Amino acid sequence: MYDTGKVIIGLAIFACIFLFPFLYNHGTAAPQPKPSLDTPAIKALAEKKCVEDTHFMITTHMQFLNDWRDQALREGNRWYVNREGKKVWISLQNTCMKCHSNKKEFCDKCHNYAGVDPYCWDCHYDPNGSKL
Amino acid sequence: MAARILFPLAVVLAIVAVALIGGSIPFLQPLFSVALLYVSFAVFLFGFMAKVIGWAKSPVPFRIPTTAGQEFSLPWIKWSKIDNPSTTGGVLMRMFFEVFLFRSLFRNMRSDLRSGWLIHSPTKWLWLLALGFHYSFLIIALRHLRLFVHPIPGFVETLDAVDGMFQIGIPPLYLTDIVICLAVSGLLIRRLFLPKVRFVSLAADYFPLFLILGIVISGLLMRFVFRVDITAVKALATGIASLHPVVPKGIGAIFFVHLALVCTLIAYFPFSKLMHMGGIFMSPTRNLANTSRMAYHKNPWRKPPKFHSYEEYEDMYREYMKEAGLPLERE
Repeated sequence: MYDTGKVIIGLAIFACIFLFPFLYNHGTAAPQPKPSLDTPAIKALAEKKCVEDTHFMITTHMQFLNDWRDQALREGNRWYVNREGKKVWISLQNTCMKCHSNKKEFCDKCHNYAGVDPYCWDCHYDPNGSKL
Repeated sequence: MAARILFPLAVVLAIVAVALIGGSIPFLQPLFSVALLYVSFAVFLFGFMAKVIGWAKSPVPFRIPTTAGQEFSLPWIKWSKIDNPSTTGGVLMRMFFEVFLFRSLFRNMRSDLRSGWLIHSPTKWLWLLALGFHYSFLIIALRHLRLFVHPIPGFVETLDAVDGMFQIGIPPLYLTDIVICLAVSGLLIRRLFLPKVRFVSLAADYFPLFLILGIVISGLLMRFVFRVDITAVKALATGIASLHPVVPKGIGAIFFVHLALVCTLIAYFPFSKLMHMGGIFMSPTRNLANTSRMAYHKNPWRKPPKFHSYEEYEDMYREYMKEAGLPLERE
């Protein structure tokens, strides 16, 4: 091999860049977080059901809330009819967070895990008092 | 001609189909995520190194830099220090501009026949598309680190915030997503519709383009249309990157399509034109200083020549020469 020193240095840099996730984690996996449903309001519910089904809420809540915002604030229509035909009052603080009153244990848990920084809290505050 | 285009397209579509089926069957999911990623990553890492070491074993006895400007000569002749470097500093500058700004592509020219005249004129499209594509790809790859490592490093979060700063929709549309779509489409259209470029394009040129386009499209579909549980994806990714793989339940098939295309890309990488990632650093036309005249370059293959002197010749044929009555220097 020619220029062995330089080539080895180059390949070492290459390997370090591409093995960065392995080196950084050094063998510790980050387990999937479980957002907590342990709030008085949810416990009091007879049927533990969100506005739509769980899979939809997990994967699409961000778009759903965005649509809610547009509907409530830009079109002035505060009533949402879900897939079961039930009417729901559109409000993050009064509807969503009435049950999910534990922002830190519910919202933030997954958002922090996945590195998501939603701008909900640019305008809203947590009515249940956790400092924002 | 069409087979060069349709064959790679068919291969990409076949990969999509296989991953779609495999990803929908729960007991095949570990095979289509953990096993596939480990195998293709190992192929990438070792294949890349083997290729570079193979190149490093090829001797480059003489200086063969591309001379894209006036070489160093006399003090009153202006020397092009970067385009025709003869010092290490100049070479480093040249490599910097080459690697980070694609200076060679900036020098791209087009040649047209216009009313009987062959006209050469500068054209920057290739350079612009290439620059847009490579930097978007880099930023997108770095942004993906948020799924592979925990806790997430600050620079990844900053990159994410800057890339999504226009807050278009929810989840935010990243600027790099738009740029990479435009750039890859542009590079594909260039190959498909410019007759001269199409003539020199082979299946190996179209395949990476279709593959990357497939990765981009499947990624965007996963983000905006067929959403998956991102925490499950991160649990899978950090599991893989910490050598404790787990396959959480309920990840949509679209994720496995995205992953299969990425794995194909990295496994194919060492055997393809994509090796220019390592090759750019190993190019003797770029990384050598032009010292062809100012330094002595010994040919490493040169062995001392074998001489056959007249004395030896005479010794060989003395008898015959004597017989024939030829004059001899030594009896």
